[in-house]
Amino acid sequence: MKQLPLKGLTVLEFSQYLSGPSAGLRLADLGARVIKIERPKGGDACRQLAIKNLWANDGSSLLFHTINRNKESFAADFKNPKDMVWIKRMIREADVVTHNFRPGVMEKAGLCYLSVKAINEKIIYAEITGYGKEGPWKNRPGQDLLLQSMSGLVYTSGNENDNPIPFGIAIADIICGAHLVQGILAALIRRQKKGTGALIELSLMESLLDFQFELLTTYYTSKRLPRRSAENNGHPLLSAPYGIYATTDGFIAIAMVNIQQLGLALGSEILAAFSQDETFSCRNEIKNILSKHVEKASSSHWIEKLHKGNIWAMEVLDWNKIKEHPAYKILQMEQTITTGNGKEIITTRCPIRINGERLYSANPAPELGAHNKKIIEALGLKTNL
Amino acid sequence: MNLLEGIIVLDFSQFLSGPSAGLRLADMGAQVIKIERPYSGDICRDLYVSDTMIHGESTIFHAINRNKQSYIANIKAEKDLKKIKQLIAKADILIHNFRPGVMDRLGLNYELVKSINPSIIYAAISGYGDEGPWRDLPGQDLLLQAATGMAWLTNDNNSMPTAMGVAVVDILAGAHLAQGILATLYQRCINGEGALVEVSMFESALDFQFEVLTCFLNDRNQLPVRSTVNNGHAYISAPYGIYKTNDGHLALAMSNIIVLAELLKCRALLIYSDSTEWFTHRDEIKTILAAHLLTQSTNYWLSVLEPADVWCSNVMNYEQLVKEEGYKVLNMEQLVTTSNGLNILTTRCPIRVDGQILTSQVGAPLLGEHNERIDRQFFIK
Repeated sequence: MKQLPLKGLTVLEFSQYLSGPSAGLRLADLGARVIKIERPKGGDACRQLAIKNLWANDGSSLLFHTINRNKESFAADFKNPKDMVWIKRMIREADVVTHNFRPGVMEKAGLCYLSVKAINEKIIYAEITGYGKEGPWKNRPGQDLLLQSMSGLVYTSGNENDNPIPFGIAIADIICGAHLVQGILAALIRRQKKGTGALIELSLMESLLDFQFELLTTYYTSKRLPRRSAENNGHPLLSAPYGIYATTDGFIAIAMVNIQQLGLALGSEILAAFSQDETFSCRNEIKNILSKHVEKASSSHWIEKLHKGNIWAMEVLDWNKIKEHPAYKILQMEQTITTGNGKEIITTRCPIRINGERLYSANPAPELGAHNKKIIEALGLKTNL
Repeated sequence: MNLLEGIIVLDFSQFLSGPSAGLRLADMGAQVIKIERPYSGDICRDLYVSDTMIHGESTIFHAINRNKQSYIANIKAEKDLKKIKQLIAKADILIHNFRPGVMDRLGLNYELVKSINPSIIYAAISGYGDEGPWRDLPGQDLLLQAATGMAWLTNDNNSMPTAMGVAVVDILAGAHLAQGILATLYQRCINGEGALVEVSMFESALDFQFEVLTCFLNDRNQLPVRSTVNNGHAYISAPYGIYKTNDGHLALAMSNIIVLAELLKCRALLIYSDSTEWFTHRDEIKTILAAHLLTQSTNYWLSVLEPADVWCSNVMNYEQLVKEEGYKVLNMEQLVTTSNGLNILTTRCPIRVDGQILTSQVGAPLLGEHNERIDRQFFIK
């Protein structure tokens, strides 16, 4: 790559855990210099949050290393006036500030948008809250599972009579981080044209509502709650056969299809006898017939027939099978990074390609305060000039 | 000034992935022109995708394509292709999500488009990338969930692999495309150079799983094991999950089991004093907790847990959600109107700029509604 698109930009990341830091990671992979501002005691709380008890033997979790590779760390205490001087000098030189504190924390530290703007008028100040800054929920914890539970999302996965079922990945954090990146980049474009800074605000709740925009628009119009199908639910709004089905040796997924073509491809006259209009009204019945039909043979048997009939279907794979598949290998999605104390970590790369090139970065996540000296020296030099 | 004022986007994409990127650019002020084929247009207009229709078109189409314009063109016809090329000369961004090879056949691959407009940002979404054995397979959300292992993360361990019930791969691929577009557009503001931005649903779905995939890759390739009880996340310790109460449900995120045991007066949990057991004995702990939480109402438990700052919440469906003050205060709904007078209540852009929400009353376009206007605007002959 000749030059990454965000080269030359500096981001001060006051964010913790996943939502804000996932935005920082994307900006870093696209070429920005991202400096985490962390409290001296413990730093980003994600350093101590391990999933599956996995650690990177430098005191921080593997999770922290995954989210914070390719960043620098500056340890600073908001309550220490000396540290605040350095933070404010860094703000003067920075292009973007991100934080995801609960409402009031940055105000108390003297780092709300207006204070930061007073130091650097062209700053892009980007913040994530859980539920916005007003209303009865504003001080509630902005945690992913809770957001999924409150926003209706848990009624989209699983079957009709199941409990509410959350997505098994932190979707609110990740989608909100993605939105924050969009807002920041669009604001940088305006700044380049007009010279103005911006305040960009996201909340996990608004991001998760936007994520459900198709379902919500349908609900506003119909006033009917989305209904998961009785079995093999794939998406509450979609007709049969959309879903995952068991075979003798695994599972297959079948997406939107013409029901007659499906019947023909699978050799099921009963299925072929349904009309397309009945795929909603007889959704459970069709899915039931289909699941009894496909459970009699292997996944590869059915996939071959379905693909021959030009029907949208795919075998359900697990990571071990995917890892060995040529379709995965050719992506070169993995990269190895070496932490400060020499541990090798395999992780994924940025999913965006630019001018035909994949974006890799070998820089590991920083140890807490690893870049204080370097940053202070550079700022000191500038101050003396 | 809107963030993307004056930016012109030609959007050849269909369904959800590409169009959701176009929608976000439109939300932030870009002029987004859907290039649609004659008679049927974007397949999303009438494919069997929802049982709720608005004048013969699905609610989903209206949600995805609000605030856009529609320009009909038969790219295979010389005359229309000539017009499209004139539009390309004036555009800042081109988006498509055709399968690999289609834009080559249409004479609109990056090299050709770049020869017309060297500073254009050319943005493409594919299913599985443009090489490898899966390149010609359909890039459809559920199939990508199946192909990338995602289906093994949601629902309890004794359940079937379970799809996430929103088209999450489409939406993330669209979000990633918008990120790549905006980053290269920023760079263009500085050096004047165009760029090719490529995203595949495959790579986006893997990126979505970056935390758990990294665990897998560094943990001797151990596959995820969902909790057998109220699974919330295959890699997170007890109590993470949603529990039944005697009148509804309660969500419990990361918590200290001993603190919980004391607050909930659930003495059976007091033996789990070693925090590593909260993962290794996850199902055991959750089974005890599930039985205990069944004995009282959701509000009762919340009144015990919330004052102690335990991460918990009630569980709501849309009907309950939209009645809440916390929902109303967000002003997330907006009414859009199509040119033939249909009013559709939908959601707005989630991004706030300079303290303002971003709204637009413009509904999804009728097929070919803007041909004349666009021809005039860009002097197309």
